[in-house]
Amino acid sequence: MSAAESVLEVNNIEVIYNKAVQVLRGLSLSVPRGQIVALLGSNGAGKSTTLKTVSGLLGLENGELTRGEIRFEGKPLAASKPHELVRAGLFHVMEGRRVFEDLTVEENLVSATYALTGRSGAKADYELVYEYFPRLYERRNGLAGYLSGGEQQMLAIGRALIARPRLILLDEPSLGLAPLLVENIFQIIARINAEQKVSMLLVEQNASVALAVAHYGYIMENGKVVTDGPAERLAADQDVREFYLGMGGHGEMKSFRDIKHYKRRKRWLS
Amino acid sequence: MDFDWLFLTEIVFAGLGAGGLYALTGLAFVMIYKATRVVNLAIGEMLMIGAYLCFGLATAMNLPMWLAILVAVIGSGMAGALLERVAIRPMLGESPISVFMVTVGLASILVGVVELIWTSEPRRLPEFMPSAPVMIGEAFVPPKVFYGFLVAATLIAVALAVFRFWRGGVALRATASDQQAAYSMGINVPRVFSLSWTVAAMIAAIAGVIVGAVGGISSTMGVFGLSVLVVVIVGGLDSVLGALVAGLLIGVVESLAGGFLGGEYKLLATFMILIVVLLVRPYGLFGTHEIERL
Repeated sequence: MSAAESVLEVNNIEVIYNKAVQVLRGLSLSVPRGQIVALLGSNGAGKSTTLKTVSGLLGLENGELTRGEIRFEGKPLAASKPHELVRAGLFHVMEGRRVFEDLTVEENLVSATYALTGRSGAKADYELVYEYFPRLYERRNGLAGYLSGGEQQMLAIGRALIARPRLILLDEPSLGLAPLLVENIFQIIARINAEQKVSMLLVEQNASVALAVAHYGYIMENGKVVTDGPAERLAADQDVREFYLGMGGHGEMKSFRDIKHYKRRKRWLS
Repeated sequence: MDFDWLFLTEIVFAGLGAGGLYALTGLAFVMIYKATRVVNLAIGEMLMIGAYLCFGLATAMNLPMWLAILVAVIGSGMAGALLERVAIRPMLGESPISVFMVTVGLASILVGVVELIWTSEPRRLPEFMPSAPVMIGEAFVPPKVFYGFLVAATLIAVALAVFRFWRGGVALRATASDQQAAYSMGINVPRVFSLSWTVAAMIAAIAGVIVGAVGGISSTMGVFGLSVLVVVIVGGLDSVLGALVAGLLIGVVESLAGGFLGGEYKLLATFMILIVVLLVRPYGLFGTHEIERL
């Protein structure tokens, strides 16, 4: 697909931590405008690192982009500082929610208005956030640290809404939440995508729920993409069903005793 | 024997005056701690730099006093920004103890600079406050103490309002709470850092000029910072209101101990308060409690 149609274009990037540990080895992906793209993979595959590289937060963790190029809205963003990227419309909802615990819910939302700096005519729309998350309105004057995990995730997504981004990087919104709540949150994510026309790059370990809302998916292992395709195709794929959705070929749960599982998985890793 | 109420009132007023200055310097400390989580032991020396800048401008360059104060405050602000950029910014992400040690080093460098330029001899700032005695009821309050208190109270009131109603206050607290997350909100974190050091240095300079006007200036006046450290620990490291209340409390208690028990009991009283407060409220009177969700 051509560059004009995609919000984000990641080409062949390599990332090294502490000048020693290589985490990403030639990763490429693209996010088409208006779509949700899921980035799946096991622990330590480099999913979160990919997001941090895109949003510029990598530098704070001693990471370095050594090769490759990232384009946002067609422009390369190698030298931009994290806060400048946010102001340009690229919002990162970090893993573990990261709400400001000793600020109130409302102050948390106010903090996100800094993302609107330098954009003419952009006003913070608190009503919109409270419309998607009525629960936050009820607790707007309480400290964010006392919210439940689900409410904190709502707040984290609410801050993204205030910033009116063109692309949201969502890092594990399901982390540590009850299954019912996960479903709830993902419904709202899909709604936000459809109604606000925001593109999203979604990192998840919970593959089934991620593929249910995503349009397209990438699966990564060891710092590079091993499979990609439209979400429905991935969800139906034999290997993906087995390794990421925990299902056998016929839809029933897989037994640990299956040796072939290990062999096929090993082929992927090499 | 009749109790001397007038004496008591005068001592309390003197204590409030000193306490106002503690609170003002404490405010400078809290500014830095709130935004950057740096425990700045050099706050007393930053105050000293402000006072000496003012002294130098007023005597060597013969500026009128109001102009000297203005230039000294601005100059101190710039010095604060420079210190942050050169000494503190490179320490980003290091352990709090390392940063703390850097500020200890900073303190002795500042003392050294002052002694190089102005020698270690005590000096007097030119008089600039009205000298007509101030009477509150029947009690006599030294005019310098009175006007110093007014300035301190005004500045603290302004600071309290700013933190409550200005959006920048939110940015400051967000930065203190989680730097990475603050970045991802579009907050320019490095700018918050240098701004907080600039403003803190300016506040410290104002406090320095008043302290110098009351008690004279010398290269050891940074010791004032030690009492301020007690004040901010008692008040809670990140609370402006705490700095105010604890500053006044310690000022009055010190003054009472000095007046009724003798000068050598001043510090004893101060540290007794510190110990008792830490026993009862480890986060200080108004400090933020860490929220722990289970």
